[in-house]
Amino acid sequence: MLQTLGYLPIGWLLLAPLAAAAFVAFYFGRQRITQLASGPANRARLNSQPNFHGYFLAVATVVPSALVFLIYLIFSDGFVRSSLIAELPDYLIARGPEQVDFFVSRVVEYSQAGKASATGNALFDTSVERFSVLKGSARLFAVFFATLAGAAGFLIGRRQLSRTFPARSYMELCIKSGLFICAAIAVLTTAGIVLSLVFETVRFFSLPDGPNVLEFLFGTDWNAQTGTNFGAVPLFFGTLMIALLAMLVAVPTGLFSAIYLSEYASPRFRAWVKPILELLAGIPTVVYGFFAATLIAPLVRDFGQWVNALPFTPDTLMAAQPTSALAAGLVMGVMIIPFVSSLSDDVINAVPQSLRDGALAMGATKSETIKQVILPAALPGITAAILLAVSRAIGETMIVVMAAGGRALITLDPTSDITTVTYQIVALLTGDTAFDSARTVSAFALGFVLFGVTLLFNIIALRVVQRYREAYD
Amino acid sequence: MTKPAVSSQGLAERRLKKRHAAERRFKLYGQLAIGIAIGFLAILLVSIAGKAFNAFSHHMLVLTIDQAELSERADLTVSDLNLATRDTLLSEFPEISTDRTARIELFGLTTRLAVLPLTQDAAQTPNMFDAPVETRLALSDDLDLYLKNDLKNQREIEVGRAGRFAALASGAFRLTDAGPDGFIAFQDLVDELPEPRTDILISFSGAWFELIEVSGAALELRHLAGTLPEFGEQNASQIEATLLPSASEDRKVTNRQIAFVMMLKDRNKILKRFNTSLFTNSDSTYPELAGAAAALVGSMFTMLITALFAIPIGILAAVYLEEFARKSLLTNIIEVNINNLAAVPSIIFGLLGAAVFLNTFGLPRSVPLVGGLVLGLLVLPTIIIASRAALQSVPPSVRDAALGLGASHSQAVFHHVLPLAAPGIFTGAIIAMARALGETAPLLLIGMVAFISEVPRSPNDEATVLPVLIYKWFSGAERAWEPMTAAVIIMLLTILVAMNLIAVLLRRRFERRW
Repeated sequence: MLQTLGYLPIGWLLLAPLAAAAFVAFYFGRQRITQLASGPANRARLNSQPNFHGYFLAVATVVPSALVFLIYLIFSDGFVRSSLIAELPDYLIARGPEQVDFFVSRVVEYSQAGKASATGNALFDTSVERFSVLKGSARLFAVFFATLAGAAGFLIGRRQLSRTFPARSYMELCIKSGLFICAAIAVLTTAGIVLSLVFETVRFFSLPDGPNVLEFLFGTDWNAQTGTNFGAVPLFFGTLMIALLAMLVAVPTGLFSAIYLSEYASPRFRAWVKPILELLAGIPTVVYGFFAATLIAPLVRDFGQWVNALPFTPDTLMAAQPTSALAAGLVMGVMIIPFVSSLSDDVINAVPQSLRDGALAMGATKSETIKQVILPAALPGITAAILLAVSRAIGETMIVVMAAGGRALITLDPTSDITTVTYQIVALLTGDTAFDSARTVSAFALGFVLFGVTLLFNIIALRVVQRYREAYD
Repeated sequence: MTKPAVSSQGLAERRLKKRHAAERRFKLYGQLAIGIAIGFLAILLVSIAGKAFNAFSHHMLVLTIDQAELSERADLTVSDLNLATRDTLLSEFPEISTDRTARIELFGLTTRLAVLPLTQDAAQTPNMFDAPVETRLALSDDLDLYLKNDLKNQREIEVGRAGRFAALASGAFRLTDAGPDGFIAFQDLVDELPEPRTDILISFSGAWFELIEVSGAALELRHLAGTLPEFGEQNASQIEATLLPSASEDRKVTNRQIAFVMMLKDRNKILKRFNTSLFTNSDSTYPELAGAAAALVGSMFTMLITALFAIPIGILAAVYLEEFARKSLLTNIIEVNINNLAAVPSIIFGLLGAAVFLNTFGLPRSVPLVGGLVLGLLVLPTIIIASRAALQSVPPSVRDAALGLGASHSQAVFHHVLPLAAPGIFTGAIIAMARALGETAPLLLIGMVAFISEVPRSPNDEATVLPVLIYKWFSGAERAWEPMTAAVIIMLLTILVAMNLIAVLLRRRFERRW
């Protein structure tokens, strides 16, 4: 019986009895308070509507048992595994923890597939059976305690119900706490990001074959695939170079588009063109990557070869590689245009009309007004927009993975292939991820740097935007 | 002090002209910037659509398998049917059955696995082979591409009447005595072709040859396919020359394979059809057999998990921040945190998934469940910000009226404010889901790049998603992957456009102005 219980994939089925219990408790609570307050005169003196008492009782029943199930979900797997390992024969344990882990994972796999005693290996088959039994008993325990907790909650809750009981206030509190938990998930995400990055980064620097912090930050030799050299300067250089190329495209184009749209364009033109520009932001980055690699990169290469072939240039002036920093930078720039333009557009529109009117009344032309009045007034906001765009460019992944190449070089030649932080993270973590080699963990150190830098840019930008908003509001 | 302005009419006019020119230039820069942005968008869409166009059709080889003895076999394997199709193919070209290399080239017209659908049919229909079975096999990707791209660059020329046909000791053949002018006109034409010369195929009376050498008096030929004509006078038949666009060293298909394909086309055994396998097949190592079905389903499961996770939590978090939270340090931290989280690079979320979900919690790799959770965390800030904006747009009078009539705080919010904000919230949610659908980088880090040859059946099966499939096919070495990749991009963009349209319509239909 226990064994069958262990096989069954019943995780989701747990929700059904919980829901049923909630319904029963709700109707019972409502019934009970209606009884307590029978007669129209009494009913008017209820502190809360009967429904609230029902809800209260349902919550009092379901929450304790749900908590038990949550504890079961978090801890049962590890508990069942460790009790199985404790029962394994010594000669298997002697083979080292890796072998044991592998054995246990195979057992879990077979047990979940419901394939008992299929292999012919006696130890393995008994382990599968034993695992199912252990899991079954863990489940039985969980169901037992959950029922107990639910019943206790129900009984305690029921005793509270009375005409003066403020069920509605309690429900308000419950709802508010639930909402708070939802809002806290965003904070938990950040905490998870920071903790995992910090933890793995610290581990990286303490690994015997890992580098020290200075080597990592200032070393110029990167060869992580073989796990030998971890000098990340070429990566930082490549990232900044591509970001710079992207900004050279995005800032002028985005800024002039924003100026034209907010100061010159007719409302009709604006209504048409703005969504089209925003389409650029909605295209997935992998599509940009494909575009960069199949159309722009060959053009850049041809351009490099053309420059090399010019009579007055040396033949090896440009690297003219099939993937290049320029191709990735150009396309990334196009991707960021709507980002710069819509943020700048907002900022320019926020400049008070009186400033414009004043300048125009003094006889300035429109372009003079823009250059000498509006842009200086909007400068902080535009700087913030550019900072956000830079942080976007630094963190962009797919375009560089597909179009920038993977060689860790420090070169100013834009037609050369070049590598970036994000490229290396993908290259190091795609495929096999054993979390014990310096090769994979180095990706987290890179991620930490990336996260830190983008966060810094974002915080500065958001601050600037906020202060700027206050100045004109 | 500056010099007092000279009230010279000319100077002022000149300066005004200059200022107006600057004005026009400035305006032009703006127009140019918008033109560049829209131009890039147009080039991007047109170039991808142009590449994808090829992949939506493919060439099928039509074979009629007439082997009744197959019917007696219950368990027909891929190799059995492969042998059967090879026999059938060989019966089209009996003349090369003794030539080993020619046979290999003939069998290269399709890949071994092309009979897979036929094998499945045979498993379902007993005694299928009692009657002759007409089957369609996908032509190999290189030949398919040759037919799509290079066929139109072939040039066909009438050479004239065939003269005397003879075999040479070297195994080659020779045509001579083709009339008074011989092959002089043809030789001139061949000599005028740019060097290095591409290959030329010669066909007459149903046989195909490759041209080795041409002189005014004779053509020296190597036999490729088709029954050899009788030796001696061949005056009755016309010679046709086909100038191929490339030399055989420069392409993956051989001259003989081109000859096979030309002959099969003449016999109506090669047809161009809509590429349904692109939508119904799963991934394959052969481009002609690969399809996006598994990735489509994988994307669907992933989006389902993302939506179930991120939309309710996002809306509830927004309700808390907008309606319940008092100004305090804690809520301030949450707010700043959400704004910053929205700008964190997506790949960082991949690292989070790899470290927390895979390494700490031990969840399986490559499954939509984990992918959906990671994408859910990624779009959560976007949904919260959009929902807050929608909640803000509901006027406070609605709230006040509800509270004034005795509703509790949560009743006022859930019964009155939230329904009024719903269109805006769902618009934001759909746009966030569209963003999640196009996301690639974080999924690479949690192993959703595995080769998936089966359509996943639950969020717990190994799967891949459309953008990752694009990345994978893009990395494929064969040339045929490029149009396939573009085709999947078109699929993805179509879905995204549809989602955004729904969002726009929703906003148009239900948006209220207060």
